[in-house]
Amino acid sequence: MESSKVIHAIYTDDDVLMSAVKKVKAAKHHIEEIYTPFPVHGLDKAMGLAPTRLAITAFMYGCLGLIVSIVMMNYIMIEDWPQNIGGKPSFSYLENMPAFVPIMFELTVFFSAHLMVITFYLRSRMWPFKKAENPDPRTTDDHFLMEVSVHGDEKELETFLAGTGAVEINIVDKEAH
Amino acid sequence: MYTISNRLKIVSLILMIVGGAFWGTSYVSSHVTVEDVKVMLAEEEASHGGGHEAEATNHAPADTHGEATADHGDEHAEHVMHQIHNRPYSALYVAAFFFFMIALGVLAFYGIQYASQAGWSPVLFRVMEGITYYVLPGGLIVLAIAFWAGDHIFIWMDPEVVAHDELIQGKADWLNKPWFFIRGLIFLGGWSLYRYFSRKFSIAQDSADDNRNFKKNFRISAAFLVFYIYTESMMSWDWIMSVDPHWFSTLFGWYVFASMFVSGITVIALVTMYLKSKGLMDFVNDSHMHDLAKFMFAISIFWTYLWFSQFMLIWYANIPEEVTYFVTRIEDYKLPFFGMLALNFIFPFLVLMNSDYKRINWFIVMAGIAILVGHYVDVYNMIMPATVGDRWGFGLAEFGAIFFFLGLFMLVVFYAISKQPLLAKGNPFVKESEQFHY
Repeated sequence: MESSKVIHAIYTDDDVLMSAVKKVKAAKHHIEEIYTPFPVHGLDKAMGLAPTRLAITAFMYGCLGLIVSIVMMNYIMIEDWPQNIGGKPSFSYLENMPAFVPIMFELTVFFSAHLMVITFYLRSRMWPFKKAENPDPRTTDDHFLMEVSVHGDEKELETFLAGTGAVEINIVDKEAH
Repeated sequence: MYTISNRLKIVSLILMIVGGAFWGTSYVSSHVTVEDVKVMLAEEEASHGGGHEAEATNHAPADTHGEATADHGDEHAEHVMHQIHNRPYSALYVAAFFFFMIALGVLAFYGIQYASQAGWSPVLFRVMEGITYYVLPGGLIVLAIAFWAGDHIFIWMDPEVVAHDELIQGKADWLNKPWFFIRGLIFLGGWSLYRYFSRKFSIAQDSADDNRNFKKNFRISAAFLVFYIYTESMMSWDWIMSVDPHWFSTLFGWYVFASMFVSGITVIALVTMYLKSKGLMDFVNDSHMHDLAKFMFAISIFWTYLWFSQFMLIWYANIPEEVTYFVTRIEDYKLPFFGMLALNFIFPFLVLMNSDYKRINWFIVMAGIAILVGHYVDVYNMIMPATVGDRWGFGLAEFGAIFFFLGLFMLVVFYAISKQPLLAKGNPFVKESEQFHY
């Protein structure tokens, strides 16, 4: 396994972190990852991360749920055993549709919500018994950590990061995954 | 500061004149006699190949005009004649109510913005205040049409009908002419008072050095919202539901509210976009439009929820005295009744779902026009089946009334907007609002 070096620059304020991110981006250093205790508004934009496509998947899952509900009730109530239940017209799906709408709605929401959450878990690799990937426990409380990969001059990068307002800078040998 | 352009004035006046002429033509031509109707029915029968006779016999028992006479043909012809007479009145009433309810919906939205101390919307306050200027004249016109049309729209205003109708007699304590108009004036008085004072305090706040006026506005808005939710409900029973005096629905008031709320928000968005396109509202950014579009999207769904709840409960239980309301609408008004679902729900739902599209002006305009047309059709569906039955159409009467009130609405609203600067600069939230971004 090849090991590479990264710098962990630790900040104690999200505003300082934001301006540091902009400076690091401007200096064309590659930010590997940023660890924060809470969502920092605008951080993804400053880092230049691509927007999420989770909402698009949710829409597609919703469509799937709608189709499942329609096919299911059309088969059960109209095709398989079109019984007369309290005079409801089970001659065609359309004629009896108002009675199915609550189920159509709920299954759309159910599929959309649950499958989107599962997609989120898969995509961000979260599951029970997963080993936490946290370089410094303080980042879950009140510290912000920027991980910058080292290419070339280590010392220069270190002084550059110290200039951006980092309170602590550590050079870490990181095992490649 | 906005000055009303000559072109807008001319367009509004042309709309009013053309609309008035259209409507006047239809009014004159609707004066048919029983004899004319008989000839017309005979012609229709000939072209339908006699199919009408069966329909006519089916029709008679449902006829609210009542007594079964031996001469069936005459009674039917008379019934049709009344429907033809009613059409221009109803077309005028539908359009008048539609534009009035836009202004009232904006007033409710405005009150909510104050009461909730919303930080994003103060840059839009002057637009909202301009639109709500139409509440008083628009409401008085609706009442005047109701007074003038009388039993052409409200069957319970006809003493002849009431004398033979025990159901209406039972409701006569509420549904009688003097009390109807007194109530109407009380509603309008309350709304206009709030509108007058909130506008006054809002303008006074511009040059004030403390927040006293804002606080007053906050208090009266909270009080207004309580008053509004009661009176709006009663207004919807009076002005709309009572055209079908045999029918009742408990969530009708909220259903009408949803309709006026979403049309009002749409008009705020359209007027803002118009003024912004003239470079007069540069403090309004994409995020404000995004928020308005979110409201249009969400309240469209809310309207659909109420529409469906009302429809589905009645369809499911199928109790004869309630279900006739939907039977007439589905049998005679299939296209407008289900078409408005496409305009009011499916189209805005799909168009405004994407967050990026809610920032694109022409997407908002497209969805907005669909919503406004859809809610006009909604009001049409509430009034017309009770007054003209299956003799409906979209012709001179309807388009004339729409043009006339559109012209009047534009004239009144843009006149009111031109009276004050477009930014409520004294509002304590206006800085936040100017920098609002989503």
